[in-house]
Amino acid sequence: MSMANTNAPTIAASQDNAGPYGPKPRRVFSRRNIFLYGTLFVIAAYYLLPLYVMVVTSLKGMPEIRLGNIFSPPLEITFEPWVKAWSTACTGLNCDGLSRGFWNSVRITVPSVLLSIAIASVNGYALANWRFKGADTFFVILIVGAFIPYQVMIYPIVIILREIGLYGSLSGLVIVHSIFGMPILTLLFRNYFSSMPEELFRAARVDGAGFWGIFLRIMLPMSLPIFVVAIILQVTGIWNDFLFGVVYTRPDTYPMTVQLNNIVNSVQGVKEYNVNMAATILTGLVPLIVYFISGKLFVRGIAAGAVKG
Amino acid sequence: MTAANGTSVSIQNLSLNFGAVTVLETLNLDVANGEFIVLLGPSGCGKSTLLNCIAGLLDVSQGRIFIKGKNVTWEEPKDRGIGMVFQSYALYPQMTVEKNLSFGLRVAGTPKDEIAKRIARAAEILQIEPLLQRKPAALSGGQRQRVAIGRALVRDVDVFLFDEPLSNLDAKLRAELRVEIKLLHRKLQNTMIYVTHDQIEAMTLADRIAVMKGGVIQQLDAPQTIYNRPVNRFVAGFLGSPAMNFIDGQVAAGTAFKTGNVSIPLDRYAFDAAGNSGGPCVFGIRPEHVAFGEAANTMPFATDAAVEIVEPMGSDTLVWTKLGGHNFSFRVEAEKTLRNGEPIRIGFDPARASLFDSQSGNRM
Repeated sequence: MSMANTNAPTIAASQDNAGPYGPKPRRVFSRRNIFLYGTLFVIAAYYLLPLYVMVVTSLKGMPEIRLGNIFSPPLEITFEPWVKAWSTACTGLNCDGLSRGFWNSVRITVPSVLLSIAIASVNGYALANWRFKGADTFFVILIVGAFIPYQVMIYPIVIILREIGLYGSLSGLVIVHSIFGMPILTLLFRNYFSSMPEELFRAARVDGAGFWGIFLRIMLPMSLPIFVVAIILQVTGIWNDFLFGVVYTRPDTYPMTVQLNNIVNSVQGVKEYNVNMAATILTGLVPLIVYFISGKLFVRGIAAGAVKG
Repeated sequence: MTAANGTSVSIQNLSLNFGAVTVLETLNLDVANGEFIVLLGPSGCGKSTLLNCIAGLLDVSQGRIFIKGKNVTWEEPKDRGIGMVFQSYALYPQMTVEKNLSFGLRVAGTPKDEIAKRIARAAEILQIEPLLQRKPAALSGGQRQRVAIGRALVRDVDVFLFDEPLSNLDAKLRAELRVEIKLLHRKLQNTMIYVTHDQIEAMTLADRIAVMKGGVIQQLDAPQTIYNRPVNRFVAGFLGSPAMNFIDGQVAAGTAFKTGNVSIPLDRYAFDAAGNSGGPCVFGIRPEHVAFGEAANTMPFATDAAVEIVEPMGSDTLVWTKLGGHNFSFRVEAEKTLRNGEPIRIGFDPARASLFDSQSGNRM
């Protein structure tokens, strides 16, 4: 305070008072702002429009839909299509709606996510910190595995699952998802653990902690962001999967995505657009919720992995 | 050497290769009990690698390591009786200071009251009692390094290993902690092996300094000996700031060193056992061993010169001039005011100088 008081008059006396002083004023409606926010608004509207159409359509009755005004809001709001999509829509022989697929998907996603992350995090930790013989070769093979097209492996995996008696079961699909998540997750964890200071690892070794001790007590508590990233990647990836779901399960164990396809693409009867829209939103809801609640952590984790821990 | 009561760490014929690259080459080093030894050298000389080998964090390619008479070459770090302090402190960020200190003990399954006792003692010695419940992120650099030292302290080890512990601190803190480490050593009387590239840390802390280059110990001796009688040109140039003056020239058998039109008598210079071989050589003298003005005339060698550049450094002033056509610096008191171009008289005692063979760089 006293500094400012003694300095202020000196400055004022040495210069005239007319010139710019303090922060530069910013105009709200500058050309730059209009251009920036205008572009952002247009792009946001472009991406939100389909969602808007889906939501309004799902809340209309069929007679209203037949009028053809897809952008108009519903005159009479009805939740009938949502109820039908969830509990009574028919797929093939089953007429209990998407609820069956939803629970199938939960039973596929939860174990797959846990299993793949548990294995991949230990993989990444071992590759980053315990440089065993042949570690580089192992890593290269794992990464190359990520570039082999899925289509090539579908049929051999069918045979393998059939031979070990898991074809058509949920556990078979869980194993498939865990294996296919391995390359990218291992890469993710390896890079994250590599970015941690090596001296920390050495200090823990001097302190007497072993392979699991260092992993569980030092590394894990420091890697929440990367676990969140891995969970988001896996939940959305496995939930949205269609190909493996349709190939490796039976109609009564179909995941939600496959059921959605069967509802929307059924060729019999009238096309119930409102039910289709409701079913689609219901199926997409889980990844959407995951993004919303973890968005901030996701960005932090991605940045931490990309730059440095 | 402070203690001669037995060997604490003994390194025998140690070699380390990373593929085709040799980092350490048949290295031998004996550290006495309670001795403070500093491994000094430029980056990439293998000093940190040697420390990691002693700690057991790197597997050796050849040779063996004894700690307290026990062959620990194949032992895990925790079984070697060592504690280590790292340059980046390496504190576990998610644990409080107390948990950081006790981590090693908890891993080892030490009883709770014993852990509490040891933490209390370490916290008292290092004066970090008020910080025990804080996380490392809430500590300053100096406090963090103190906690890192504490982590080695609580484990009650025989040998402390320091890997450039002060390099991440600012100059003022570095000087403070340097003194604290010295006091700690006097209090604990443990063997300490300390890696640094800072020659002042090495000079102030060490009982003995091992100057390293290219994975080989160049000279292992007391700081004053290394400073006054460096065994080769590398050691002479690495220690001392401002650096030693080096003058290329010729030496005629046993008589004098000649460069340009200057001849420096060598009858007072103590040649090594090998004696004076003659031929091309390098004459080295430290800036602080050069006398100036009236004092120069009392020296066995004195000559006229002219001031070229004056570098005031606060406590004293470094003056640059020419001797026999070579750049030559010397120290004067800060009170002396010298102008550029001013004619001066300088002199020195060749007994304090060092002569190195031009080819091998070894002391003559």
